Amino acid sequence: MTITELGEILGDGAVVAVAAQAAGGKAEIGGGYTSDLLSDVMANAKTGDVLVTIQAHRNTVAVAGIVGIAVIVVCNGREVPADMAEAARDEGIAVFISPESQFRVSGRIWTALHAEGRSFPAS
Amino acid sequence: MSSVPIDTESGPQVVLELLYRLRVRDAMTRGVATAAPGDTLRSVQYLMRDRNITGVPVLDGNRLVGIVSIGDIIAAFDEGRIGESAEGSMNATVISLEEDMPLSFAVTYFDRYKYGRFPVLDRDGRLVGIITASDIVRNLLVALNAEVAKLERTLSADPDLAPRTGDSRDRGASGSLEIQGNAASGGRTAAVELRFAVTPLDFSRSGEASSKFKRALAASGFEPAFVRRVAVASYELEMNQVIHSAGGIMAMRISPDHVEISADDEGPGIADLDAAMREGFSTATEWVRSLGFGAGMGLPNVKRVSDEFAIESEVGKGTKVRALLRRGGA
Repeated sequence: MTITELGEILGDGAVVAVAAQAAGGKAEIGGGYTSDLLSDVMANAKTGDVLVTIQAHRNTVAVAGIVGIAVIVVCNGREVPADMAEAARDEGIAVFISPESQFRVSGRIWTALHAEGRSFPAS
Repeated sequence: MSSVPIDTESGPQVVLELLYRLRVRDAMTRGVATAAPGDTLRSVQYLMRDRNITGVPVLDGNRLVGIVSIGDIIAAFDEGRIGESAEGSMNATVISLEEDMPLSFAVTYFDRYKYGRFPVLDRDGRLVGIITASDIVRNLLVALNAEVAKLERTLSADPDLAPRTGDSRDRGASGSLEIQGNAASGGRTAAVELRFAVTPLDFSRSGEASSKFKRALAASGFEPAFVRRVAVASYELEMNQVIHSAGGIMAMRISPDHVEISADDEGPGIADLDAAMREGFSTATEWVRSLGFGAGMGLPNVKRVSDEFAIESEVGKGTKVRALLRRGGA
């Protein structure tokens, strides 16, 4: 799944808050991690994951950058503050806003990745 | 209201430090006039007139359920609803501050939400005060006067002293990066040291220094997995200083085969180190947790990614952490 395809998977209600960089739109998403605790994301998310969260602030971008996450989906229609968007552009991280909950967004992404033949065994 | 930006890039250190050091409780007005949901808008209007205020929080028992502004009163007069209950006209989606937030949060809220006042709650969600823009201006001026007086005393005591900020001379904002040694030479033989000062509760720039450090490591050709480990340790230690300390210094020594991180802060120190190292234990406040921190995973995360880890702490003095990460280790 690419970042561009992720935008389609999130459905009509989702909007792009920060667009992927030209080449980044084709970056491959290998999995996902859903969490609102930043230490948890650092401990458990994998490079290449999409981060599903309600934490819409610049520290989320810093953590995504550390882990090697190229795209963040902010759920429940939370607003993305200007400083978060700016940090995301600096780091080259795409940000979507979805009106749906983390549960529904994770379900959409899981289903799409599963259809691609990816599996997510419990570690 | 025009925008009130907090200039973290080039603003004078002394003003920034005041905004982070002063808490909402230092500037708020206590003894707030409140109304009950069933009170009439007319009685709220009398309250505003008698107390010379422009907003009244509405409490249902102990719980804050709304706020009536003078704009709501004017609209009620206009539409002939002044005899109706406050409940029907109040703004029920109240944005509130917590009393232990730094004053910088209040400035940001006024900028972001365009309300004239914010109710202030304590840790248990009880209304303890209200804060307006003029409260902030007044208290900031008082604090600035004290700082400038201190500065003038320092200057008159030592005429050779350059006119820098008083007791913050050695402390930059979070993320002010000072490079000692030659990072750009690419020579992998000598160690390079990066240092930065961390400002307490400055969430607007927190993590930025660790991000810069991570980029410096990646640019030096270290493998992504190693860079990630170092960045996790650095970010967790930096956030610990931002959230819990009275300020500190982060230093990283980069050698060809390992990186050593040290995080030294100025207090308050950790009372129970065993508890602090236990996953899930945290002393962070509710509002810090609401930003996604305080999961009680910080120090355990640092230890997990490190090959060597040492921590010492003394209550009243401070905490020192050393973490060593080897390439291909952990």
